[in-house]
Amino acid sequence: MLEKALKGSRGYGIWVAFLLLLVAIGFFFYLRQLDYGLGITGMSRDVSWGLYIAQFTFLVGIAASAVMLVLPYYLHDFKAFGKITILGEFLAVSAVVMCITFIFVDLGQPGRVMNVLLYPSPTSVLFWDMVVLNGYLLLNIVTGWTVLESDKKGVPPPAWVKPLIYLSIPWAVSIHTVTAFIYSGLPGRGFWLTAIMAPRFLASAFASGPALLILFCLILRRFGRFDAGEKAIQTLAKIVTYALATSIFFVLVELFTVFYSQIPGHMHHLTYLFAGLDGHHTIARWMAVSAFTAVAALVLLIIPRMRKNESLLALACIGVFLSLWIEKGLGLVVTGFVPSPVETITDYTPTGPEVAITIGVWALGLLMITLFYKIFVSVRKEE
Amino acid sequence: MKLYNRGMIIAGIVVFLIVATFPFWYGRGKAVSPPDLKLDTPAIQQLKEKLCVETAPYMRANHMKLLAAWRDGAVREGNRSYRTADGRVFQVSLTGTCLECHSNKKQFCDRCHDYAGAKPACWSCHIIPEEVR
Amino acid sequence: MAPTRREFLKIAGFSAVGLVLPFLPSLSSAQAGIPLSPAAPGRLQALKAKRWAMTVEPRKCRPGCTDCITACHLEHNVPVIGNPKDDVHWIGLERVEHIFPAEAHPRLPESITKLPVPVLCNHCENPPCVRVCPTQATFKRADGIVMMDYHRCIGCRFCMAACPYGSRSMNYRDPRPFIRKINQAFPTRTKGVVEKCNFCEERLARGIFPACVIACKDKALAFCDLEDPRSEVRLILDKGLSLRRRPELGTGPQVYYIL
Repeated sequence: MLEKALKGSRGYGIWVAFLLLLVAIGFFFYLRQLDYGLGITGMSRDVSWGLYIAQFTFLVGIAASAVMLVLPYYLHDFKAFGKITILGEFLAVSAVVMCITFIFVDLGQPGRVMNVLLYPSPTSVLFWDMVVLNGYLLLNIVTGWTVLESDKKGVPPPAWVKPLIYLSIPWAVSIHTVTAFIYSGLPGRGFWLTAIMAPRFLASAFASGPALLILFCLILRRFGRFDAGEKAIQTLAKIVTYALATSIFFVLVELFTVFYSQIPGHMHHLTYLFAGLDGHHTIARWMAVSAFTAVAALVLLIIPRMRKNESLLALACIGVFLSLWIEKGLGLVVTGFVPSPVETITDYTPTGPEVAITIGVWALGLLMITLFYKIFVSVRKEE
Repeated sequence: MKLYNRGMIIAGIVVFLIVATFPFWYGRGKAVSPPDLKLDTPAIQQLKEKLCVETAPYMRANHMKLLAAWRDGAVREGNRSYRTADGRVFQVSLTGTCLECHSNKKQFCDRCHDYAGAKPACWSCHIIPEEVR
Repeated sequence: MAPTRREFLKIAGFSAVGLVLPFLPSLSSAQAGIPLSPAAPGRLQALKAKRWAMTVEPRKCRPGCTDCITACHLEHNVPVIGNPKDDVHWIGLERVEHIFPAEAHPRLPESITKLPVPVLCNHCENPPCVRVCPTQATFKRADGIVMMDYHRCIGCRFCMAACPYGSRSMNYRDPRPFIRKINQAFPTRTKGVVEKCNFCEERLARGIFPACVIACKDKALAFCDLEDPRSEVRLILDKGLSLRRRPELGTGPQVYYIL
């Protein structure tokens, strides 16, 4: 089936070439980072994780959200998702590959990455994250590919895939839970030390992932001559609506606990995030955009008439994605470090090379999604 | 049996064979003689018996394993002395013990590592006394 | 590196007040009498303890003194990079309100609020950095020292996120060009690994007290076996209330502050 990714329209070729160019630029700057060290990024002694780890965290959510298609279709026999479950699984595969790449480019000594396997450390959440992420990657490659191959041959998928698909459902929850545990298990960082971190991660994931899928479905309808179906898209839109509402609710719960209890160590972080602290306002401005976009998107999604209008739905989905990307892919990681353990406020600004590498990894993921979806659409057309 | 895409497949196999055999025909006729390692440092000349921590053949084959064991033992277990089978005791130290005798890193370590294409990362942290002095 | 005359006298001084007494049993058991190679001239016996601990009495510090930091950073080839972003340090100076926020209040005297307090790795009894390390590059020794294995560190910086004290530094770039004077007896680090105070583990192995303790002319730092009731650290702790940084986190810091 792989050969189907090689033939396509002129537009497809230009798009793939464009993504390859971005990957190449990212790779060039990664070589420079290898040579100079992570000092080429905006990360510092105080803010020791930045854009890379934040993207990883955000993308684990995108990967986990495939379960929002798999679960209704396989557990509740929700037929409308039958056509697009594979899209979710391929999105998960690409997202996990991006996650692993982001972790890799974040390492100070990437040549020693195998030490994680050579000296397995069950007390480390990062070790378990490696286990669940790789397991999830494998599960989705196997199930997605097998089901698509059966589709191509026009036969029902082999019986052994079913248990793997069922396994992938709790596994999806596990990858985002373990990723949340990376943060919520640290004693000294008040911002992350909250039991609601994992539920919050899952809620925002189930909003941002399906929002992205809706956008992909709309793009595939226009450029790929593949129609996911009105019902599937509208059901996804409802999932986004509920998940977004839950996600906003969880953030408000967090705000209440922190600001009503008035514990300074916890308040400082959230003040920095939403209002700025001692004249440091950059993140707060981003968060204002995030909060406004989230509420606006929620309004668009909640009103059925607007949700059913596909242009408005697309707008809302872009809003959801943008808002949650700012919240999780920017604010969440950096704010845990500010103020520092000795109460220093250090702003974090990603550098040019860092942004170029980040865009390169995103382009790599988009390239994978493009190729997968091209194969998918070609197979579907033959039927 | 019909071979589909015959041209592409054969071209692919040819390209693969060229790449896979590249080191052989690229290096043809360029015989590099084994390096001549210098053992005549002042510290070695003063030794009554010219014997390293272990015998020379053992060290030649296993010095990397011995150093890795020394490294892990010293850093992780706090073992800072090494007793040989014949009862001699050495301080576990790359700079302090190994380089004390082999003070000519360029003519000793580097020559063989260059020849073998080995690139040990020791010296990005450990200090070469001759370079600092 | 053999101990300098001054360090040796300092140790002799310690022994005079009976501080070396507790080490005597371990001295006799520690590979006594084994001749070492010519490479290790004049070695003292290793100092051993059940649980190493340090007391810091910042009120004894002379104003503006940074001798402990200088000595530590020279001893361990800590680079002076000169910008806060890439900064690497093992000992720092912080204000009381920043390291003991729970104890700070507006009516504290200036003698306390303006006091620079040396801060370093606390060598926790229950160290979060060790728990989170995915390769066991950071580990705790039986004597309580939390060590870094720079050979194994992959530079993921999970330990830096986990440390509640900001005791850890990342080598964001090659440190070598920023080391003013290289101490041959101790390796430098390479770019991409995390580093921190090691309670001068390499000096203890040679029977010498930590560089910061030796360098402090005001005797503001003491370093001994906490399990030994006659040790200097215990004598100091016996006198009254001592503080540890963020004890509510359950990390069990082994650096005690007398304020």
